[in-house]
Amino acid sequence: MSNTLKARIAELFDEPGCATNQKKGAKERKDGCKKPLLPGAAAGGCAFDGAKIALQPIADAVHLVHGPAACEGNGWDGRHTPSSGPTLYRLGLTTDLSELDIVMGGAEKRLYKAIKEAVQKHAPAAVFVYSTCVPALIGDDVDAVCRHATAKLGTPVVPVNAPGFAGSKNLGNKLAGEALLDHVIGTIEPDNTTATDVNIIGEYNVAGEFWQVRPLLERAGIRVQACITGDSRYRQIASSHRARVNMMVCSTALINVARKMQDRWGIPYFEGSFYGVENTSTSLRTLASMLVTRGAPEALIAQTEAVISSEEAKAKALLAPYRERLTGKRALLYTGGVKSWSVITSLKELGMEVIATSVRKSTSADKEKALEQLGDESALVDSIPPREMYARLARGDADILLSGGRTQFVALKARVPWLDINQERAHAYSGYEGAVALARAVDLELSNPLWADVRRKAPWEERG
Amino acid sequence: MATIVSKKKACVVNPLKASSPLGAALAYLGVEGSVPLLHGAQGCTSFALVLSVRHFRESIPMQTTAMNEVTAILGGGENLEEALTVIQSRMKPKFIGVASTSLTETKAEDFRGNLKEIRARRSELDKTAVVFASTPDFEGALEDGWARATAAIIESLVQPGPAARTASSRVNVLPGVHLTAGDLDEVRETIEAFGLTPVILPDLSQSLDGHVPDAWIGTSLGGTSVGAIGAMGEATHTIAIGEHMRAPAELLHERTQVPFTVFETLSGLEPTDRLVSLLIRLSGRQAPMSLRRRRSQLVDAMLDGHFSLSGRRVAIAADPDLLTALAHLVTGLGAEVVAAVSSTDRSPALARLPCSEVIVGDLGDLEEAAKEANAELLITNCHGQPAAARLGIPLVRAGFPIVDRVGNSHRTSVGYRGTRSLIFELANEMLADDEHHHSTPTFSEARHDDATAAGV
Repeated sequence: MSNTLKARIAELFDEPGCATNQKKGAKERKDGCKKPLLPGAAAGGCAFDGAKIALQPIADAVHLVHGPAACEGNGWDGRHTPSSGPTLYRLGLTTDLSELDIVMGGAEKRLYKAIKEAVQKHAPAAVFVYSTCVPALIGDDVDAVCRHATAKLGTPVVPVNAPGFAGSKNLGNKLAGEALLDHVIGTIEPDNTTATDVNIIGEYNVAGEFWQVRPLLERAGIRVQACITGDSRYRQIASSHRARVNMMVCSTALINVARKMQDRWGIPYFEGSFYGVENTSTSLRTLASMLVTRGAPEALIAQTEAVISSEEAKAKALLAPYRERLTGKRALLYTGGVKSWSVITSLKELGMEVIATSVRKSTSADKEKALEQLGDESALVDSIPPREMYARLARGDADILLSGGRTQFVALKARVPWLDINQERAHAYSGYEGAVALARAVDLELSNPLWADVRRKAPWEERG
Repeated sequence: MATIVSKKKACVVNPLKASSPLGAALAYLGVEGSVPLLHGAQGCTSFALVLSVRHFRESIPMQTTAMNEVTAILGGGENLEEALTVIQSRMKPKFIGVASTSLTETKAEDFRGNLKEIRARRSELDKTAVVFASTPDFEGALEDGWARATAAIIESLVQPGPAARTASSRVNVLPGVHLTAGDLDEVRETIEAFGLTPVILPDLSQSLDGHVPDAWIGTSLGGTSVGAIGAMGEATHTIAIGEHMRAPAELLHERTQVPFTVFETLSGLEPTDRLVSLLIRLSGRQAPMSLRRRRSQLVDAMLDGHFSLSGRRVAIAADPDLLTALAHLVTGLGAEVVAAVSSTDRSPALARLPCSEVIVGDLGDLEEAAKEANAELLITNCHGQPAAARLGIPLVRAGFPIVDRVGNSHRTSVGYRGTRSLIFELANEMLADDEHHHSTPTFSEARHDDATAAGV
């Protein structure tokens, strides 16, 4: 791995915007916050995975993976982050390095040719080039190839330096953010700006969730300059530096982007969530008041309050019947980051009890918020080994598991209801509309008659 | 006979290839009490794992040696050792299958030497079978990894030497990666119908068939037992399905002298008849009534189904042996393969395909070729869906991965019954498409269609 990348990672781990980092002493801070992985007991995606997740939703760009077959072949087009326009971003492009490329040192040439083919064939707004372990190991200068290609082809070619072995998915998110800061944000001046322009950072529009939020912002009079990166266009992100306020919705993923945009262009940021009625209202209020502080007309606040009160009233009426049915039901929440606390709010609004939430992928701020919601330290759990989770679910500790795709079978094999709230989810749960959709999904899953049926004993297990 | 064409391009568009280590991991999952271990970065395992979970809709035990930038340069022996002992103590597997990746292969380490030293040092691994296969991502694809892992299992675990054929009713089956759990059930039942006992390696029908065990199992849910693998030399014959299983079959023969037959495909009447003839010969029994009825049903399915497939222009993209099976089946019913795309050029079966040309390439090539040849049906994995939508033609999903449909493990395509259900699926897809496009043709439209069909 190059020294520049090493320095870059060290700098990322010394993030002034990170509360945990600020609490550390000078020496600890120098050690960074990399958790060493235990071979044979590691889970989760790599840095390349994280970088791709963060940037792929840029819909009018192509995303080219420089590496051997597996990096793109096993993962492409796997996330449901829809676009309202171009579909270029869904193409799976890779140099598919062969042994010959690697041994004979032809990988850089192949990369340049691949970029050229991609530009000529697809005429994208930009090309994002992802370096992976093997090119990093053999010392390919991806930055130089991208610089050369940009000059020759007249299309921005952005190097994303996040080889898998550099670290975790979360680190990859941040390295993707660095690529945006180095090569994209601030490179194009916006055609027009308003006093109510905002960026939403770390929202990927999974299952179309941002589409539940955008109309609310518009009705409140808030204009989205760029969603970084859900359903975005290259140009929007390139000119996002003129926004007045940044909202960060996935706390740890792109904090470096929010903080550096504040340093470079004086854009203040806050962390918020659009999960649940209460969080959504709080986020709208914060956006409006921060914009007004920065010179937007005072009337923005009243307009925002009007949207909040009408939407809250509508949502409360729609949620009431679900609340009646779901009160007292117990959920086990096994997700990460911002969702470890924001989903709790939604479930509590339904009268449900959250018996535990996993904070294994959360920041200390996330943990504090989760603790505030649950009021009990023992409800904040780290990772739960599958065998233990199975035992807890099988003995009826929870009525439903809310988690991601990888843990779903722990619940299903224990014949316990399950709901997908991670990246592969098919339904959108954000904003007021999403809060109702989540209530409906939980209720449908819990009240499905199949549970009683599949728990019946087989004929040969019945006595007498 | 087909010409094999490799497209000269630097940028793969929409990969058809799933990687070789993933193929190896799947093969290892067909062993009982198993944990596959990919020797690479955490992402190598994570991508393979997530894709397998989505395809099979099952929990998949798959681990990583978690190589980082330092160990990638200095050598991964320590990571491998730690991974093996951690897996052993936490999951108590009976079998750990190790597969290398491009990351560890680029450094070209002495994996076998490492393993030998680790086993000598770590007595806690004495009761766990550990197998290693070399499967760099930059060589081959799913079938290659699967075949290499199967060969590695045979090499490490099958007792060598010509054994006394004490259990002569035993038949070894080496299925290709394109056979589903449902296909293996079909093969098993066909063999058992002759009073023979199949030993299937790898056997996903016991581990990834989708069933609900009574307790949580951290390793593979089932599969061929290490003991049964050891005794494969006692079988009377080995049946390999798919050209990529020829090398494992030859290796098994070399070690045990068990004679073998390679079936290029088992999809279709003629190849299934050949299997049944072999079983009649091996068992000395006649085919039972149940099997005769199934054959008759397949013949009827062919008669009913061929009207919808005859003359149809079909485009297929798959790994070589699946491509071979599908291409022979559809052309055998009167369809024409107008575009054939293979993930690799590594199979001698490709040259024998019933089409003029086979492109070694990706789904981008498939889409272009299908468009150019005016294909009416696409057959490939789930990633073909956007192409099918753009072309406005139906997609029949086949291969790996299929993440947007349930029940993949029980879709069948081999033997009398499996072929029957595949023919019905293909024919129904065409019938539905016909309905969709020309519901009730008017007189003039019908004339126009006839004219088009006649090339006027």
